[in-house]
Amino acid sequence: MTKQHEREPIINIQNVEKHYGSVTALDGVSIKIEAGEFFSLLGPSGCGKTTLLRIISGFDNPSVGTVFIGGADMTDVPPNERPTNMVFQSYAIFPHLNVADNVGYGLKKQKLPKEEIDRRVDDALKLVDLEGYGPRESHALSGGQRQRVALARALIMKPKVLLLDEPLSALDKKLRETMQSELRKLQRTVGITFVLVTHDQEEALTMSDRIAVMFDGRIAQIDSPEGLYRRPISRRVASFIGVMNFIPATVIENTNKILSLNIKSLGQLDIKTSSALKKSEVITVGIRPEMLTILYNKSDTSEYSFNASIENASYYGDMTYYEVFIEDTDIKATVSMRNTAGRPVLEIGSKARVGWGKDSITIL
Amino acid sequence: MMSAKPPRSLFTYALVYLIFLYAPVILLPLFAFNDSAIIALPLSGFTLHWFGLLWETRALHEALYNSVLIAVITAIGSTTLGIFAARAAARYEFPGKRSILGFIMVPLVLPEIIIGVALIVVLIQLGMSLSAWTVIIGHVLICTPFSIAILQSAFNNMDRSLEEASLDLGENKLGTFFRVIVPLVTPGIISSLLISFTISLDEFIIAFFLTGTDVTLPVYIWGQLRFPARLPAIMALGFLMVTLSFLLLVAAEYFRRRANRLTGVRKNSNGGIF
Amino acid sequence: MSKEIKSSKALPNIWQKPKFVPKMTPRSWTGIALISPPFAYSLLMLAAPLLLVFLLSMWTQNYLELDRTFTFANYKEAASEKLYQVLMIRSVVISGVVTIVTVLLAYPIAYYIAFFGGKRKSMWLLLITIPFWTSYLIRVFLWKVILGYNGVINGSLMGLGFIEEPLTFILYNANAVVITLAHAWAPFAILPIFVSLSRIDFSLLEAARDLGDGPLRRFFRVTLPLSMPGVVAASLIVFIPTVGDYVTPRLLGGTNGLMIANMIQIQFGKANNAPLGSALAVSAMIIVASASIAFVLLNRRFLKVKG
Repeated sequence: MTKQHEREPIINIQNVEKHYGSVTALDGVSIKIEAGEFFSLLGPSGCGKTTLLRIISGFDNPSVGTVFIGGADMTDVPPNERPTNMVFQSYAIFPHLNVADNVGYGLKKQKLPKEEIDRRVDDALKLVDLEGYGPRESHALSGGQRQRVALARALIMKPKVLLLDEPLSALDKKLRETMQSELRKLQRTVGITFVLVTHDQEEALTMSDRIAVMFDGRIAQIDSPEGLYRRPISRRVASFIGVMNFIPATVIENTNKILSLNIKSLGQLDIKTSSALKKSEVITVGIRPEMLTILYNKSDTSEYSFNASIENASYYGDMTYYEVFIEDTDIKATVSMRNTAGRPVLEIGSKARVGWGKDSITIL
Repeated sequence: MMSAKPPRSLFTYALVYLIFLYAPVILLPLFAFNDSAIIALPLSGFTLHWFGLLWETRALHEALYNSVLIAVITAIGSTTLGIFAARAAARYEFPGKRSILGFIMVPLVLPEIIIGVALIVVLIQLGMSLSAWTVIIGHVLICTPFSIAILQSAFNNMDRSLEEASLDLGENKLGTFFRVIVPLVTPGIISSLLISFTISLDEFIIAFFLTGTDVTLPVYIWGQLRFPARLPAIMALGFLMVTLSFLLLVAAEYFRRRANRLTGVRKNSNGGIF
Repeated sequence: MSKEIKSSKALPNIWQKPKFVPKMTPRSWTGIALISPPFAYSLLMLAAPLLLVFLLSMWTQNYLELDRTFTFANYKEAASEKLYQVLMIRSVVISGVVTIVTVLLAYPIAYYIAFFGGKRKSMWLLLITIPFWTSYLIRVFLWKVILGYNGVINGSLMGLGFIEEPLTFILYNANAVVITLAHAWAPFAILPIFVSLSRIDFSLLEAARDLGDGPLRRFFRVTLPLSMPGVVAASLIVFIPTVGDYVTPRLLGGTNGLMIANMIQIQFGKANNAPLGSALAVSAMIIVASASIAFVLLNRRFLKVKG
């Protein structure tokens, strides 16, 4: 990590704010994106991620702050003079042009010789697996094909940064999953920095090197997918990225980097930490559903365990999600179990013992 | 959709209604080719005489020339104004937008005689003499709302990200206008030209008030309707006009649909005039 | 396994209009620049002339001289003179009847096309507009041929022996004007009704049926109220211009079918009394506008619903 930070970031967003009248769309956003990264802006709709992307691309200007791209101040540079290209959510395929003319649109402006344009268009179409599609009419393309044309049209410009605005949201679920891995592969092949905007956490997790989670016009957390999932810094991030059970706890003691907690109705434990929590402070601990295990047999052991009653069971084929009440409390928890052999789906209302380990808890 | 079979009564009604709508037009060819100077049944025989008469009538040719000239200039004028207004309406927000647009659309709901009266009052006060130009002024006024309606749907249907994509790919604003906006809006423009042309060509009241010596075709026809002897020729003229406007109408509809297809409107939209 | 996360199908941020737009942005100046030419044209060629008509209506014509002293005399004359009263009332009544007849006749057709047109909707619409793309004058004249003493109707009826004398109640009177105008304005009534009918979400009709409404009740409780915006639009589109129609009363109305537009034309022409003509025009406009506004207000509860 330290090595990367010595390099000049390809995108450096400093303290950007965007106001529409009295509405604040972005509030003090700063991000550094490294060259060659697959970077995602993740957040619910209205969080400002699209506004941020449009500020990077030049379609919007920040009210306050600066945007550096490739080391140069691009804050007031119009989109047509920026080294970025965009894949639009609607793909914005020109309906009056065929596939080849769509892909070669930007090159034609550069007044390159026709042979070179043709050659590069062919190469770009090959890159996105659309070899020979050049003469096709664009309005006859399927959703997946439109997306590939949009990608080819942007990549042919050899941008320093490729911006993708919810590129998969118009596709159905199966195609979306295929395109996720293809996009990732494509990014590795071309080595260009990708900045992806999405509201789908699964999409962000599977594709990105790093993710910025945004809420209400601010950056909540920037981290790798694993870091976000394992070490969310707030309840909100934790519940936006996957499912997390929250349980209240009280600090008993915090000395020598050993934190003693009394977790409500689960008991006392000590964990290593560098946090500065003080004695008798009330906090929340989080634990992922897959870190909880239903102990089917009396002989099954676990570091810690609690008794629970099954409130609801959702069967997903490979997995079953249980909603359980921790015995004698109103604390509800979600437990996910792989449906391997010897694990029948438990009946609603039945009792079960749930095991967990202290390494699996996150302090929020 | 609803069950495919309509009630029989409704279908019968639809047919009777169509007969009502077509009743006058069906008579046109009957009397246009009828070998009789009196417009009445029964028919007496086939002739092309009335068409020949049209060919020889100079006053008619002059009226037709005036009308076409007025209609062409009106079409260009109202479509130009329509492009400005439709672009502003579809893409920009500004204070008073709704009222300004509403005001420009007023001629749609104003009896034409009022427009005719208003314009003639001004022209008399200004001491201007009546001519083809004064008719054009009035016709542009009544055609512009139609142009705006057609063009606005052409501009509205155009996905804004298409313009942004062009800018994003390095094209400047002027280049974007010619490489993206113009090709996509052209069918709408052609459709607007055809509609304004047709409206102007058929407009009577304003032309009646504002025409001087440059008589238009409807004003000429109005003059002829008083003379029974001239009527069969007028029937022949009417027949030619239905045929011609039908072709124009089909052309306009074709361009409107192409506009919709280009701008990505798939479903059968009802945005057009038809 | 993102079941906790609501899949937000909401529109992406960029298309959402910001709630508070600053009053003037560079973009709004561009918009104003664009709207200026058509707006200026309307101001110059419509607002200014209408204003002048208004002024003129309060002046007096003394043969060739125009007396510019402010007076309401023209309005008094327009209101008190029996002839003008009759013409004005007749214009509004004929237009009202034409509107009712046209809309009533048009509704079932619009209904038929909207719900049973299937793939041939545009063909039906085209079929309805074709007869109207010939000269308006010739169309009106052809009605005279149809309704005349030895016209198509009388000719056929007498030829078939149903009548011995030509029917006289169908030409040179208000009936002829109503029939002809109802024909002339048919497509303008059908189209708005058709549009509002086709916008009705079909599941609403199914819901009505599901909740136990029969076809007739369903029509009056769901379909008709939801299509009222189209009916109101159609009524105004027909009513407003027909009040000022000149050609039809002149060709088919006889002396008892003449309307206000004919009198306005006479004042500007033969009678050479432009101020009185202006006063009649302004009065007609005010009456039409008030009637239209009253009609819209009466129907306002239907218009709030977005189609």
